[in-house]
Amino acid sequence: MDSNNHYDAIVVGAGPAGLTAGIYLSRARLKTLIINEGTVGGQLILTHEIANYPGVESISGYQLANIMKKQATSFGCEIRSNINIRDLGLTNELKTITLSDGNIYTADSVILTPGGRSRTLGVTGEDNFKGRGISYCATCDGDFFTNKEIVVVGGGNSALEEAVSLTKYASKVTIVHQFDHFQAFEHAVQDARVNTRIKFIMDSTITSFHGNENLEYVDIRNLKTGRVSRFKTDGVFIFIGYIPNTEFLKGRIDLNKWGEIVVKSDMSTNIEGVFAAGDSITKRFRQVTTAVGDGTVAALAASNYLHELKIKQKQLITA
Amino acid sequence: MLYTNLKHLESAADHQKAIIENENVMVICGRMGPMCIPVYGIAEELEKDYSHVKFYDMEFDNPESHVIRNLPEVKGFMGIPFTIYYKNGKVIKATSSIQTRDQVKTILDKEFAAAVTA
Repeated sequence: MDSNNHYDAIVVGAGPAGLTAGIYLSRARLKTLIINEGTVGGQLILTHEIANYPGVESISGYQLANIMKKQATSFGCEIRSNINIRDLGLTNELKTITLSDGNIYTADSVILTPGGRSRTLGVTGEDNFKGRGISYCATCDGDFFTNKEIVVVGGGNSALEEAVSLTKYASKVTIVHQFDHFQAFEHAVQDARVNTRIKFIMDSTITSFHGNENLEYVDIRNLKTGRVSRFKTDGVFIFIGYIPNTEFLKGRIDLNKWGEIVVKSDMSTNIEGVFAAGDSITKRFRQVTTAVGDGTVAALAASNYLHELKIKQKQLITA
Repeated sequence: MLYTNLKHLESAADHQKAIIENENVMVICGRMGPMCIPVYGIAEELEKDYSHVKFYDMEFDNPESHVIRNLPEVKGFMGIPFTIYYKNGKVIKATSSIQTRDQVKTILDKEFAAAVTA
């Protein structure tokens, strides 16, 4: 074991839950490393304005994440971001994490806060036309589609609200949804239904994207009849929910059927010394405030575990 | 106003000065939105490992950013940020919308020669 690469706790993920855990652990003078596969802040940085974070009247997610990062590092927490995890061993008392650059880190406890990400369709052509007709953000890219005909994929609140907002730009918005009903709140459904620029294709999904330099048309399959039809469009906006970033944990820790990490009330998992917090755990409400709360509980529980572990190890030495 | 830790290009003159005075330049032209912020974050983190490259951002809605929005290389782009890579003042690569760290590193290593292991 390389003592330079050994930590009391390693936190996997640097969203609000992970950064909070980092603040609490490092402030408790526990040697802490946060490893993050993306940009520090997680989905928090994607939020334009946060107006319901207690104690802060209004702030951008980017700024709030930067403050959290600064707080964590000011207490001595180390952060490695934009790096991939190649392998991890959680079951032994000594936890190991191998990164894509070959570095191996060990820890006495691990807190998993990998968060979630926007779901993609994962069909042919989706990667090729990203930024050339396919978008996942109406406020970012809506104005590129002024007076154009576009498609919105999805049936939740985001899809319907963004479809309505996109009618400020697009001459026609066609919502493609896989079910015969919407999951969105009724007011969002009504706002979309009364909007004369919005049309609906239900029980259907996009199976492929086509074009030359830019997106020109999509293939849409009717899920009831199986019929595939070609649909001309200038753009497609995809809002089909979020998925937890837990693929790398499959088979290593208890996940539920949606891939969320199963935790107890103290954020402990089924593996001793491994805790989890934030958007990737089993819970109903996903907010910055709930992530911060989970991260606090996970850090305090991990601190307690580390304290007991040290007593146990000391007893073994003196015995 | 872009709330990033990158150096900001506020005007077409700033932009011209940056690409003329520096051999290797990356400019991210975007807004404070979900497709752009990850790219700023990646650039901020790569900045220390790519000392031979100058990293800048420029606000997409600043009228002065016409120097990027009107480039022939971005014709057909329909997603921000527009990320432009310049060598000796000439555009050598341009990408549209969000990019991963690996995608950015691949371009930096290929176009700006000196590969650096981060």
